[in-house]
Amino acid sequence: MTEISLTNLTFYILSFCIIAGGIFTVSSRNLFHSAVFLVFTLFSVAGMFVMLNAYLLAAIQVLIYVGAVAMLMIFGVMLTTRLADVRLRHVNEQSWPALAICGFFLAFLVYGLWDTPFTVSGVPMPADTAHALGTLLMTKYVLPFEVVSLLLLAALVGAVVIAKKD
Amino acid sequence: MDQVPIGLNHYLMLSGVLFTVGIFGVLTRRNAIAVLMSTELMFNAANIALVAFSRFVTPAALTGQIVAMFTIIVAAAEATVALAIVLLIYRSFKGINVDRINFMKW
Repeated sequence: MTEISLTNLTFYILSFCIIAGGIFTVSSRNLFHSAVFLVFTLFSVAGMFVMLNAYLLAAIQVLIYVGAVAMLMIFGVMLTTRLADVRLRHVNEQSWPALAICGFFLAFLVYGLWDTPFTVSGVPMPADTAHALGTLLMTKYVLPFEVVSLLLLAALVGAVVIAKKD
Repeated sequence: MDQVPIGLNHYLMLSGVLFTVGIFGVLTRRNAIAVLMSTELMFNAANIALVAFSRFVTPAALTGQIVAMFTIIVAAAEATVALAIVLLIYRSFKGINVDRINFMKW
């Protein structure tokens, strides 16, 4: 009883953090505040991964998203925009139609997902998911692993070539 | 607070709400970097759904966690190249509002 309610409480607090952080990321007028709220949301998603017993994925989320992608975003903000110009219009003319479309989409998702019975398996998670994930990456998923390493190399070279001054 | 145990549908609802917030950002923001941040929100929504399916539907196979890991890596590569393109656009257009970038060559 108390264990269930503690899990519920953690889930609702983390959900509130994720959704509120996402809404502030999307709606904040200052782009730097958007980036900080994005970091907050990504941390909360890492907490949600911990709730789902995906500990390695939570660590990867913090290292790659919070450490790399969000810092890249903040560098991009500082290199390209004047942060003082918060008086500029920050949304385009289509915000009301976009809000209507998103409302319809969300209603559609809620209608589809509210009571759908998925076949939930009662098998417990393996205790050492990091070990199992490493074994899977080196055996069954070794080809996607190599392809994604090549993709990272291509992205590295491509970013340098695109952004260099000529 | 009701005592319904948190199940797969709760996580999918959270994922759907976060995905909708991301779509709203992509559709309405003018700044290209804000659009990129909204796409990162959508990636995270998809990752929550994948990991929730992996936890509840196939706990032993861990397929969802593997796919979520690849999603994170591809999102990192995408953010790198997209920010390089944003820097290039900033040099050419003296601004990164996506509603002003309406031609591809001149």
